[in-house]
Amino acid sequence: MAKRTIEPLLWLLFSAGGVASAMLIPALALLFGVAFPLGWLSPPSHEHLLAVVLHPLTRLVLFFLFMLSMFHSAHRFRFTLYDGLQIKHLNEVVNLLCYGGAVVGSVLGAYLLWQIG
Amino acid sequence: MNDRITMQVARYLPEGDAELSYQEYEVPYPREWVVLDGLNYIKDRLDGSLSYRWSCRMGICGSCGMTVNGEPKLTCATFLADYAPGPVRIEPLQNFPVIRDLVVDTGDFMRKLTSVKPWLIREEEKPLSEGEHLQTPAELDQYKQYSMCINCMLCCAACPVYGLDSEFVGPAAIALAQRYNLDGRDQGSKLRLDVLSDHEGIWGCTFVGECSKVCPENVDPAGAIQRYKLTAAMDSLKSFLMPWRGS
Repeated sequence: MAKRTIEPLLWLLFSAGGVASAMLIPALALLFGVAFPLGWLSPPSHEHLLAVVLHPLTRLVLFFLFMLSMFHSAHRFRFTLYDGLQIKHLNEVVNLLCYGGAVVGSVLGAYLLWQIG
Repeated sequence: MNDRITMQVARYLPEGDAELSYQEYEVPYPREWVVLDGLNYIKDRLDGSLSYRWSCRMGICGSCGMTVNGEPKLTCATFLADYAPGPVRIEPLQNFPVIRDLVVDTGDFMRKLTSVKPWLIREEEKPLSEGEHLQTPAELDQYKQYSMCINCMLCCAACPVYGLDSEFVGPAAIALAQRYNLDGRDQGSKLRLDVLSDHEGIWGCTFVGECSKVCPENVDPAGAIQRYKLTAAMDSLKSFLMPWRGS
């Protein structure tokens, strides 16, 4: 058995985050950032949207989207720092900042989702 | 035949030079001449002191990889006329220590290559009397692409991570490991996992993708690495969630 490392799990989060954010965020951004404000599509009413967001399944999907996207960017940023700035010797600090940031962001996301409604 | 192109060739003598220098040679470049023909012309007619590796001149031996105008290329498969009017700059492969002129030290590459146990591993040998291991064309297709690697090291020369991180095992070795992992006759994937799933094995790869771009045999090492990452990650997840299953 090789030494147990957390690297494969971090990569799975990175990978899942890449897929989730690439599939969902452009769709959400197009709808809420472009199509509704410009009147291309008639936006749903506030009550309707609130009802959708209040559904536990929607909150769960949004939470996973936030969380995975943040782990994705943390992983990407970590390797950018390693290779771009050549600071691999600061491994532990970089890991703490990147993944710690993702954890804090996820908790914050969960709190905001919880606060709705 | 009167047309000539300038080749700027990197020169380096370990006993004297602190850095690479460039020497210019004028060589003919008929339509069918590759960069290696130009180097052989220099060696035979202009300057016998030039050192470089080559053997088959037909894209099989993998010895003549060099940096041509900044890109890793097999010099036997790169036409001089494509660089007209020139000059064309020939340098040793990047990411490897230079021994002399265009010759690089392959020691580190070979060590990494053997570390992934690139041979068929059987838990128990089948006796000869039982005949050969038969494979269907579909089973062959699983790994055939990765078996086309000629160890020319262009992928490692193109990989920025290989250059930055001396412990990273590199695209060629991972693609070669996949060649055996995906072979139905092999039973050694667990052993290879131990080498590859540690941090510098596969996780060092940041999917730049240059390795697959420069591969002269279309092996797609980047694809091999991504596929292997998924295999290793799922394996790791399984042993994390079901530790009693062991390994």
